[in-house]
Amino acid sequence: MLIDVHAHFYHDRSGRAGWGALNHSRLTAGERIGITWHVASVLGSWGLTSPTYFPSPSDLEYGNRWLQQLTQTHPHRVRGYVTVNPNHTGDALRRIDLGKRAGMIGLKLAASRRADDPLLDPLSEAAGRHDFPVLHHVWQHRRTERLGQEASDAVELCRLAARHPKVHFILAHIGGGGDWIHSLRAVRPQGNVLIDLSGSGADGGMLEQTLQAVGIERLLWGADVTLCTGWAKLRYLERLLTPNDLDLVRAGNAVRIFPKGAFA
Amino acid sequence: MIDVNTFIGAYPWRPVHGTEPWDLLAALDRVGIAEAWVSHLPSLYWKDPAAGNAVLLDLAARERRLHAVPAVHPGLPHWEDDLAEARAHGVVAVRCDPGLLGLPPSGAEITSLIRRAGELSLPVLSAVRLEDGRGRHPLDVSPELPPWAVRAWLRSSPLTRLVITHADRAFIEEVHWGSTPEEAARVWWDISWIWGPPEDDLCHLLAAIGTGRFLFGSSQPLRIPEVACARLDLLDLSAEDRAAITFRNALALAGK
Repeated sequence: MLIDVHAHFYHDRSGRAGWGALNHSRLTAGERIGITWHVASVLGSWGLTSPTYFPSPSDLEYGNRWLQQLTQTHPHRVRGYVTVNPNHTGDALRRIDLGKRAGMIGLKLAASRRADDPLLDPLSEAAGRHDFPVLHHVWQHRRTERLGQEASDAVELCRLAARHPKVHFILAHIGGGGDWIHSLRAVRPQGNVLIDLSGSGADGGMLEQTLQAVGIERLLWGADVTLCTGWAKLRYLERLLTPNDLDLVRAGNAVRIFPKGAFA
Repeated sequence: MIDVNTFIGAYPWRPVHGTEPWDLLAALDRVGIAEAWVSHLPSLYWKDPAAGNAVLLDLAARERRLHAVPAVHPGLPHWEDDLAEARAHGVVAVRCDPGLLGLPPSGAEITSLIRRAGELSLPVLSAVRLEDGRGRHPLDVSPELPPWAVRAWLRSSPLTRLVITHADRAFIEEVHWGSTPEEAARVWWDISWIWGPPEDDLCHLLAAIGTGRFLFGSSQPLRIPEVACARLDLLDLSAEDRAAITFRNALALAGK
């Protein structure tokens, strides 16, 4: 089994022309790579009618509902995260509950509010109630504010994770830009933070140092928007790890932290 | 396969695994690459790259799978002699990275080098970047190579031939469609920084520009070479097109 814990799909009301081709390409490339499950999120309208990282409630409504339908269209290939905007607490909590009932298996937090902000506490508690892991968008070592997002880094995510020790948090795309060495230092002692290996970056030494920092049981395979780098990291790990350890990264660790039966 | 974008030697900004020549050879074997064009990474940052070039030329003389790409600093006195020496050693290309040398990318020094290399039938290799700008060391502030400089280089002489590494789709399209067909036919791009699916930038570029303009390049050991391999394996290429990208274009460029 191979689980991509960090996938995205686009829809007819998203800010991407050719959204259907993008989705088709992901699924087709996934077949070639051997991806069993794409665990995906949709960030509202992807910037068309509200900002990608600050999605409006109505855009979240459409995006989450569209993703739910996609999971029904591909019941043996696609699973979904509920995406919420923490600035709208009541709306976010309602969406998490609705998502659970609709078969979603995790919570996606992007960059609408800093990870260590108290507004994320009730959402983390809700995730815990539903056994949802929380996939949190991270800028590896954010040295300054970033236009278009209220990005968080690993230090800030770990503060949230420390307040919710029974919830699993996924630090998004260690190869997705920024200083991954800084993130590895931050997450090392925070055992409920796992690392997804996605991102366009595939620096030499990154996989070895990530493994050394957090151990095999806190690594999750993912691709995000570059399946080529995701596949490359998997190929590299095939030579670096024992078969049993490789299975943990491919799927075993994900099966452990997502709700029971999520990949049945 | 021929990897036109490899390095030996330490990187100044972070530890990198596998920077010795035998590490590079082992990595080539791991992913099935027969030969590599090699640059000396630390000397790209030195005031004078001559010592690094000596290491490269010595290495290439001993190891037939590795082909030296010496760096030439056109701001140094008698740089023409370095170029002539490279030519005398039969190198596949020379390289110049103006951002790392503190030189304006379309200034007189660089333009002189580009022209002279063309007269000597030497391709000039240059990197847009060596690392993702978001992850660079705070003191690593050297500017990236801009696309307008590449357009200017192509226009500087009809003899100029360029190999540009670490360029993304937007960069390549800006140069390609901002050049005449004759100019565009004198630049080759490595695939180290061009995204595969689902964005499918590489697929798009191959269809729009043609396989004749692309070279297999990985940027190893700064990046793992499996990326460039995976990008090709995710395409539905004919055997002919794959051969063009993975070795035939490089052989033709090197005059072999």
